[in-house]
Amino acid sequence: MAKNDIKIAVVGGGLAGLSAAMKIAEAGHHVDLFSVVAVRRSHSVCAQGGINAAVNTKGEGDSPWKHFDDTVYGGDFLADQPPVKAMCEMAPSIIYLFDRMGVPFSRTKEGLLDFRRFGGTLHHRTAFAGASTGQQLLYALDEQVRRYEALGRVTKYEGWEMLSLVLDSHQVCRGIVAMNRQTLEVKAFPADAVIMATGGPGLIFGKSTNSQVCTGSAVSACYQQGARYANGEFIQVHPTAIPGEDKLRLMSESARGEGGRIWVPRKKGDTRPPQEIPEKERWYFLEEKYPAYGNLVPRDIATREIFMVCLQGYGVGGKNQVYLDLTHIPEEVLNRKLGAILEIYEMFVGDDPRHVPMRIFPAVHYSMGGLWVDYNQRTNIPGLLAAGECDFSIHGANRLGANSLVSCVYGGFVAAPAAIEYAKSIERNGAEGSKIYEDEVKRQQEINERLIRQTGKENQYAIHEEMGRWMTENVTVIRYNDKLKETDNKLLELLDRYKRISLNDSNMWATHALPHARQLYNMLQLARVITLGALNRNESRGAHYKPEFPERDDENWLKTTIAEYSDEGPVFSYIPVDVSLIKPRKRDYSKAK
Amino acid sequence: MGTERKFIELRIRRRANPHSEPYWEEFAIPYRPNMNIISCLMEIRKNPVTKDGRPTTPVVWEMNCLEQVCGICTMVINGRVRQSCSALVDQLEQPITLEPMSKFPNVRDLVVDRSEMFNHLKRIKAWIEIDGTYDLGPGPRMSQEEVEERYAYSRCMTCGCCLEACPQYGDGNYIGPQAIAQVRLMNMHPTGRMTRDDRLQVLMEEDGIHKCGNAQNCVRVCPMKLPLTKAIYEENRETTWYGLFSLLRR
Repeated sequence: MAKNDIKIAVVGGGLAGLSAAMKIAEAGHHVDLFSVVAVRRSHSVCAQGGINAAVNTKGEGDSPWKHFDDTVYGGDFLADQPPVKAMCEMAPSIIYLFDRMGVPFSRTKEGLLDFRRFGGTLHHRTAFAGASTGQQLLYALDEQVRRYEALGRVTKYEGWEMLSLVLDSHQVCRGIVAMNRQTLEVKAFPADAVIMATGGPGLIFGKSTNSQVCTGSAVSACYQQGARYANGEFIQVHPTAIPGEDKLRLMSESARGEGGRIWVPRKKGDTRPPQEIPEKERWYFLEEKYPAYGNLVPRDIATREIFMVCLQGYGVGGKNQVYLDLTHIPEEVLNRKLGAILEIYEMFVGDDPRHVPMRIFPAVHYSMGGLWVDYNQRTNIPGLLAAGECDFSIHGANRLGANSLVSCVYGGFVAAPAAIEYAKSIERNGAEGSKIYEDEVKRQQEINERLIRQTGKENQYAIHEEMGRWMTENVTVIRYNDKLKETDNKLLELLDRYKRISLNDSNMWATHALPHARQLYNMLQLARVITLGALNRNESRGAHYKPEFPERDDENWLKTTIAEYSDEGPVFSYIPVDVSLIKPRKRDYSKAK
Repeated sequence: MGTERKFIELRIRRRANPHSEPYWEEFAIPYRPNMNIISCLMEIRKNPVTKDGRPTTPVVWEMNCLEQVCGICTMVINGRVRQSCSALVDQLEQPITLEPMSKFPNVRDLVVDRSEMFNHLKRIKAWIEIDGTYDLGPGPRMSQEEVEERYAYSRCMTCGCCLEACPQYGDGNYIGPQAIAQVRLMNMHPTGRMTRDDRLQVLMEEDGIHKCGNAQNCVRVCPMKLPLTKAIYEENRETTWYGLFSLLRR
């Protein structure tokens, strides 16, 4: 087969998707790039604090191995270790590449890259571009991919939403079916391999720190067509977000990385303004309990502590909120290093965090779970790969801050050559050719037509809100088996009510009602995977915490959850975790490692 | 508490599709504290009924990050172009009017097609020409001052506010401040500077930088506070020198 014949579909235009697209185009092959929104508007823009790489420019003796150890330890030993090691080894070259691509990383006096501290490590390991690092990294990739678009090697399908995979009779992936979100045209796109890079499923929880495109819908479609979904129950709840009517906006961990302190008044229901509460009447509970890491304990721990403090009635004003205090840091430093996130707080809350402590509370943020992949980012379906938040690798039971950006790029950089290698090796399916594409398009069109015809009394947005409330209430920070069971029953009820939704839009041109209805069904399916995965896992590990089973149980649960779709519901099995490089040990952040 | 507002009133300029006529519709939705325009539109989406109780089609708009960094939810609110996620109801006069941006093709309701802005980026070659993505070590050293100047331009989220407000932009007769600022961003970078002429060439075309009328609206409406007029000033200087030298080289 001639080299230029290879065509790879990349679904998703965030950091992972664009990384893969750039590598494939650079190797001289063609990319069809699909994205619900213009790729420059992908959720990666929301990443704030930075990107980790053990470059060791601060004379602290940092090394990729220490980065590896911090990541595996922070993930409570649930991650397969070899790809984590590979990522940490690749990380410095990733930073340097972005530096060459023009990312305005913050500098030291000597003009070198500056690094700051983040959670779960004692080293300055996080490179940053102000406090909008994700935006800057995404733009750099967007620019490089545009360069290949201008050369004709990348074709963008922005405003197209993937509905399903095209599988042949041997369950081999031969492309995707996508829908144009203006015309609702449903079309098949043949490809030699497909890379999923669609990010996380935060919208399953209703309000989260995620962008509106983060439904997990396309990944759920893959799962329903036979892709394995791994560790779904591991959902990261970020300790510091700004509660809002429409969204829970992230307040970056970099605020604590630069010295921000979490506290509540020692006296319950203290009504004094925070500035008037003297130092000795403030309870810096993270610093008190975890002297070594203090405010920079990993997110799962910080979130649980904040949650508990509020449950005990110490929340500011008796509400679910604690102070994140930056007011002791000079204003000039804050503006330079954290300007972008402080502006977000000012804009949406109205207070100036340079002078008044911020009020924050935990919010759903990231899925450690995702499509199961091997060490080359290949799923169990031949021809289907995955990279970024939508795959399950690297982060185990809890992701460390600033590791997501590096894992997205790493995943894309590994998936691209793996997809090319696969594409070179396959026989194209001549005979059955167009038939499988036509059949899949027809199947998807029928689903659309059924939804358009339906005239039930149920409201899809009300169902979405209800799912979000139940999931947030019962499947986040503290999990009880009876509540998890009830939540699954609720999800089954919602799936039944879903059959009676009507789209309430008579104008199908550029409607959002149909795409949302498609997403909602897929979210409900994935919600069951998350909930039942949590119900089954009777231990506490990383972000998964059950008061009934408060300890990590390596004997029974040091294993990866695998969910496979069936019409009767997800079927669970478990596979061993590759702990061949670092022996699991108990996490203890009260002291240095 | 009897004086507390119970409803939020909105007037929305709607359009079924690009071939139909626009029309206005009014909505009244229950008031809650701390709402932004997006949460109002979400209410309407859930229950699309006009102020006088008539069922209608849901208002269609675009949204994504909801924290003013993706740029997608831009629209004209009470006559001013801005992002609807960061437009807080408590700070707006009622009835609140919502209109789609006028400088871009209107798709439906508040949705517009801004692909022209991405075409600008293609035309000006808004990328650093790297040799390859393989490991070649760190990039050029830079001072924090240089980085901060570039960072300011690098925050552009392609929202289109500057183009909406620019009296010169429209009908393809002016490339506009968005692209000029990105030329500045690329040309300031030590590697980007090496291909500077390609970009200046574009700014000297028919719809180039000379079409700027110096109204300075762009810099006033930019939600990311890009120093757009500074970019125009600097690039004007660069193109002038470039123009002179290329004349001399002839």
